[in-house]
Order: sequence, then C-alpha cells, then structure tokens
Amino acid sequence: MTSIIDSLVKSFSSFNLDLVVLLPVITLIGGTVIFLIMAVNALIAVYFERKISAFMQDRLGPMEVGIFGFKGGKKFWGGIGQTLADAIKLLVKEDILPNNADKFLMILAPFIIFTGAFLTFIGLPFAQNVVISDFNIGIFYIVAMSSIGVIGVILAGWSSNNKWSLYGSMRAAAQIISYEIPIGLSLLLVVLVTGSLHLGDIVQWQADHRWFIFHSPFTFLAFFIYYISTIAETNRTPFDIPEAESELVAGWMTEYSGFRWALFFLSEYANMLIVSIVASIVFLGGWLSPMQMFNILPDSWLFLDGPVMGFFWIMFKAVVLIFIMMWFRWTFPRLRVDQLMYLCWKVFIPFALANLFFVSLWELIF
Amino acid sequence: MEDQVINKSTLETGEMVLNMGPQHPSTHGVLRLKIHTDGEIVSKIEPVIGYLHRCFEKHCENLSYEQIVPFTDRCDYLASMHMDHAFSISVEKLLDVELPERVEYIRVIIAELQRIASHLVALGTFGLDVGAITPFTWAIRDRERILDLFEALCGARLLYNYIWPGGVSHDLPPKFVERTLDFLDYFDPQIDEFNNLLSTNKIFIERTADVGVLPPEVGINFGVTGPSLRGSGVNFDLRKNEPYSIYDKFDFDVPLGEGTMGSVGDTWDRYYVRVLEMRESAKIIRQACAQLPDGDVHAAIPKKVRPAAGEVYGRYESARGDVGFYIISNGKNIPLRVKMRSPAFCNLSVLSEIAEGWMISDVIAILGSLDIVLGEIDR
Amino acid sequence: MSFAEIIQFLETKATGKSSIIEGKEVILVSPANWTEISTLLKNEPELDFDYLMCISSYDKGDNKSYGAAYNFYSINKQHYLEVRVETEDGTAIPSVTSLWQTADWHEREAFDMMGIIFEGHPNLKRILLSEDWEGYPLRKDYKEPDYYHGMPVPKDKSYWD
Repeated sequence: MTSIIDSLVKSFSSFNLDLVVLLPVITLIGGTVIFLIMAVNALIAVYFERKISAFMQDRLGPMEVGIFGFKGGKKFWGGIGQTLADAIKLLVKEDILPNNADKFLMILAPFIIFTGAFLTFIGLPFAQNVVISDFNIGIFYIVAMSSIGVIGVILAGWSSNNKWSLYGSMRAAAQIISYEIPIGLSLLLVVLVTGSLHLGDIVQWQADHRWFIFHSPFTFLAFFIYYISTIAETNRTPFDIPEAESELVAGWMTEYSGFRWALFFLSEYANMLIVSIVASIVFLGGWLSPMQMFNILPDSWLFLDGPVMGFFWIMFKAVVLIFIMMWFRWTFPRLRVDQLMYLCWKVFIPFALANLFFVSLWELIF
Repeated sequence: MEDQVINKSTLETGEMVLNMGPQHPSTHGVLRLKIHTDGEIVSKIEPVIGYLHRCFEKHCENLSYEQIVPFTDRCDYLASMHMDHAFSISVEKLLDVELPERVEYIRVIIAELQRIASHLVALGTFGLDVGAITPFTWAIRDRERILDLFEALCGARLLYNYIWPGGVSHDLPPKFVERTLDFLDYFDPQIDEFNNLLSTNKIFIERTADVGVLPPEVGINFGVTGPSLRGSGVNFDLRKNEPYSIYDKFDFDVPLGEGTMGSVGDTWDRYYVRVLEMRESAKIIRQACAQLPDGDVHAAIPKKVRPAAGEVYGRYESARGDVGFYIISNGKNIPLRVKMRSPAFCNLSVLSEIAEGWMISDVIAILGSLDIVLGEIDR
Repeated sequence: MSFAEIIQFLETKATGKSSIIEGKEVILVSPANWTEISTLLKNEPELDFDYLMCISSYDKGDNKSYGAAYNFYSINKQHYLEVRVETEDGTAIPSVTSLWQTADWHEREAFDMMGIIFEGHPNLKRILLSEDWEGYPLRKDYKEPDYYHGMPVPKDKSYWD
C-alpha cells in the first residue's frame, strides 16, 4: 500500500522544495486530517449516541438545535446541530482547576490521552492506499500506541486531588492494562495465520482466502473475545466502572470542565472508532465487499468493489460495531470491579491462549 | 477535612475514610455515608442524616389536624398518598367516625396506585445505581401515567393533600375507573418487559445475588419492615396481619423473598419482592374498581377535627414499610404531640450492619435495594 | 395475648415493677425497673416482643418531666403493647439498645429532640440536628437561639410572605 505521506511527497516534489521544508508541511497536512477525523467522528458519534439512547428509552433525544439553517422540523433528525452547539459551549466554558490539585499533571493528562489516540490514527488505513503512514509493523504499532492512554487516565485521577477520582483512575488502570492482554492474544491469532503484521497484507490474505471470522471456529471465538475486550478497553458499559456515574460521580474525570473534558470525550470516541476499524480490518475483511466473504465468486462477478467503495465498506462495518457498543451501553448494568477482573483473567485469557494453540494446530492440519 | 491533600506524608496504605457526601448521584437524597475502606472493601459505614430535617413534629404542635395533612405529604414525597392515609386513619381512631364505604374503596384504589408508582421509582433508580439506565426511563414513563390519573383526581402530581381525616377531598372524576383499568391493562405486560430487561439479566443478577444478605432476625431486631423485610422471607404485611381500612375484603398474596437467584434476603430478593408487589397491587385495584359503591365522600368529614383526648398509635403499610403515627391529643383541635415513625429510618439503620465487608459498588446496590427516601427519615 | 393477660403475666414475673395507667391500655414503668421489664418483654417466649416499633418522646408540660413511649409488637404472637417510661429532667432512662437495635437511632432522636438521656447507649449523639446545636427543640419551653454560627435566627417572621 502506498501511504498518503508518500503520495503527498511525490506530488509535492514537483515544486522542487527542500525536504526539510517539505516534510513539516506534509506532516502538518496529515496531522490536520487526523484531527479533523477525530473531531467529525466525535460530533457524529455523540449525536448518534444521544439519538440511539433516546429511541431505546422511548423518548426523542435532541430535537431543537438545527445546523446552518437546517432544522429538520419535527422529524426525528431534529437536533442535528446539538453536538456542534455543545462543542462550542465547552470551548467557551470556564476552566476550573481545583486549588489543591497538581496543576501541571492535571493539564497534562488530557493531552496524553489525546496523543495516544492521535498517534494510533497514523497507522490506521481507511481504504486501500489511504493510510497516513504505511507501517510494516501495522498491528503492533496500533496496539502499542493505544496503550499510551492509560497513563493519562492515571494522571487525571491522581492529580485531581479527589478520593473519588483516585478510585476511578485506579480501577481504570487495572482494567485497561488487564484487558490489553486478550486483545493482543486475539490479534496474535491473525498474525499467526497470515504471517505478517502489516494491515494491508492481512486484508490481502482475506481477499485471497476468506474473511478471518470464518477462517476457523477459533478465530470466530477470537473475534468475540477481541470485541468484548475492546469494550472494556474503551471504558464503555458494561465495563465503565472507572467512570461509573452513579458511584463515582464521573470517576476520574470528575474535576475536569470545559475543553479538557471535551478532550477526554473526544479521545473516548476516537478510541471506539479505532478499535472498531481494527476489528473490521482484521476480522471482517476491511475494505472488501461482502461479496468476497468466502471468495467463492469469480472475480468478474464482484461489484461494489474498488477504492471508493472500500472506504464505504470499512466505515460501514465499523459503524455497525460502534452501534452495537452503544446498544450495550444502554441495555446492560455494569459489572463490579472484581467481576470485571475475574472475567479478564479467568475467562478471556485462558480461552485466548487455548485459541492460540488450537489455531496453530488448525494451520498445521489444513 | 484533615486529609484533603494527598501528598507523601498522608499517603498511608491503611484505611481510607471516604465521604459519600450529601451530594451524590446515588444516595437517594441528602444522605451522608462515612465509609471506612481498605482498598475497595468496606470496613465500617456510618450514615449521617439530618440534612433534610424540616421540624415536621414541631410544626404539628402549632397546626390543626387538617392543616397537618399537607405536611405529611412532604415527608415521604414519593408515596404521599400513603402518608396522608396513615395520618388520617390514626386521627380517625381518636375521632371515632364511621366512614362511608365509597371513601374506603377510593382510598384503597388510590393507595395501591401510589404503591405501584413508588415501587416504579424504587426499581428504576435501583437500576440506575447498578448502571442500567434504560429501565429507569421506562419506569418513569409508566409512572407518568399514574401521575396523570392523580392529576385528574386532585390536581396535583406529587404532593396531593387528598386523603383527609374523615374522607377524601374530591370525589372520583368521570371516567376515572375506566382510565385506571386501561392503565392496568397497559401496565401488566410492561412488568414482563421490565423483567426481561433487568431482573433476569445475568450481569444484574451477578451484581445483586448473594449481596447484602439480611437475616430475618437481624431485620426484625433493627425494625426493618416492608419489602425489605419480606425479601428475607418474613411473612409480615400489615394489610394482612393487622388489616386496617377494608383490606380484609380483598384477595391478594404477599410476595416473599425465596432466594431464587442466591440466598434468601439478598439484594435481588428485596428488589424482586417489589416487582411482584406491583402485580398484587394491580390485582387489588381491579377488585376494588369492580366493587366500588356509590356514596357521598364528604359526608363524614367533620367541620372541625377535634379528636377525643388520648393517645393513639396508628399503623399503616406504606410502600417502604410500616408507618406509625403516635398522636397525643388533649381534646383541642391542635395535637399535643405527633411522632411519625418512618420505615426508611429503621431500614437505613440496618445498612451499617449488612454492608460491612462488601465493596463500594455493593454498598450502592444495597442502599438502592433498601429504598429510602430522605424526606421521611429526616422529617 | 390480650392486654389483661400480658399485664397478668408481667405481674407474675416481676411483681410491682409496672403499673397500668388509669383508663388506658398502657403500662407505666419507672426508669429503675425498666431494664428488668424490657428484658422480660424481649426474652420471655410467651411475650416474645421482638419488634420495637417506635420510641416517642413527649413533654408532660410541667417543664421538668418528660417521657418516652415504647410501642412493641410481636411478629409471631401478633400482640401489641405500649409502655411508657417517665423521668425527670436529668435522670437517665436505661437504654434498650442491647435488646432491640431499633432503639439505637430512636433513642438518639429522643435525646436530640427532647433531651432525655439514655444510660448505656453506645453512641448518644445528636442525629437530626448538627452536633453543636444547643437546646432541645421539642420541649414546650424551647426558645430558638439568637445566632447559630454567626447566622441570625429570624424571630419576627411577619415580613415573610
């Protein structure tokens, strides 16, 4: 796969500029694109979360705020501009830092979380040849970068100087770090079969053979272990013990207001997008259309294919996975901390390890 | 507070005193819980109450009996009809009036509707405490229908001032019985839907089964009554054991906790007893609506409520348990002393006993299952 | 058991320790005998009053004597009893917390509101009012303080709408 950075470098080389000047400009362009993706994703995801939760709870959700003159009347899409209005409100809100809090760490924490999500987007492809930077250690890079966020969470809870925030961040630290293990083990299955960490190679393997979720019963199980573990990673119900609203007010985010809080939220939705896209690339065929689920149709029969449709398919699968995450949030109660830990260490990790073993057997036999 | 700043000198690894302060999303009002924890496990809980004390008993010494009824509303604001009714039957014991049949039937219908409404709030907020947000909105949606009925009846949605000593303030509006029966037809499948979502949910059962077991002897010793005690298997319901009003004319069961999902008397039992009680209340309402006689509801209301001198302890089964009004009267139209025994007061005192040794999340679940209302505790 | 039977039973077990109030179905016990009578009420299998419903404190009106009314019920035997213990200002009533844990908070409230001291109570602090409040509000001769922590307590309420 060629990456955007490479293609940009090629197209800008006609300007005959020195590389020292070229590279910052291109990285700036890449960075802005990522930031725009994160912002737009947060806007849309928050709006959909509110509407979906409203419809599940037999109410309507935001209905009043229109956007750029378009109001939608009494139709169910009435409040389209609500998130934009909320974002603007958060930007102009007063920034409160508690007196006895550790100010430097408190200011630093949201940026660390944001940076973790930001860096992950660099290696995440959105279609064939649409990736900011083409790492040949694709998956490894993504898993590594998404682990940076936990440091921000711990700092946020600690620096707030609030016992409830401390509780939240300690729980979060335990939870996020523990659930990275089943994630890594499930992804390892895929790497084992394809023999490469590169995301493009993984999708290519799926194009040549079949979608990973149908590869063997073990990868089918691995998909579910991966999916549920990512729900725990991103602190969504039923695993939202760190930000449990009814127990800890807002957990580790209690003392944050205004734009810093918006950064936390931005990163949470960005994380949801990241894990959904990774799940759809690794297990569900990425930018391949459903026609290529089993690779039984001859190539000439394939339609709904191609680079533009590839973007549509990846986003479609990711959106379905995000919808299911939101569905879970408004249906299930939350697990208690020790039940959460039990689930990770005594259920998921043994199953993931067993999976690994059996998939290698499968590969040997078939 | 002494250990507000967390720095190296105060960072011990021993016990932490946590303040689930008067303002908290889960404490059902202004309740302060001083929790001594060791990590996540609670070693001691001390509830601190009194933040909502409004001197109800002192006010009663300056108000006439009819004027006290709105004040009793505000004690337990989620089941105000029960408070009115409890006070009225206590005063009527001293007044020695003969109530028309229609008044008794109306009072029973209203009391049972109020019980359903109060239990809906209890179940909804309990789900909210445990993390399930959708059952709360569904419960409140159903409760709105009951509040619409009450609004048609007496004009108020939450604090009614409806049941007066000697009768009720307004007769039933036209079509009230049809609307009530329509509501009950709509409501019965809603309970099944609610159960599907919350009661039989595996995660909910894991959070609540075997948690906070209340042994029956401990419950009785602490004065726990109502669904919290029946969840431990004690068959004690004032409507059956010491029937007041016309409750002996109706056929209904008293749901008891049986340890279906865990041990007897755990949080799930206390929660599920309330769900079953809503069904029983619906049964009672149907029977009462079918037998409703005609009559004048204002016939027995005295011009001036002047009970005989003496004392009375009137008992009543409200949504939360056993309400008692101890009234000392000296023959005037103003009582000498009114003491209200609130069920939630005793239910809350058992928290320090059954919540020790559990985690903080469990404390919230146990507190939710005891179903307290601070207005009633602090008066 | 009816009231008469209960009284008869108590007389056989603890003669002269309790008396009936004229014309009412209420037993009057002095603080000195209260420990013995309360233990009887709880532990005797024929009485079996395991449920203390309410402790109401009352002011007798002569500015020096107060009383506490105890309402008992037996869940198994389904009989009811009201007991009153009256005392002078300053004399303590023995606490029954060790027998019925309900009494823990109810006695604290009686102390808080009426100033009755309960001897042997594990934690006799104010429960509804703040710890440093002065005075016992439910007494008939109670005067509100002028200031509380610097905040004036309004006496003339005529300008309240």
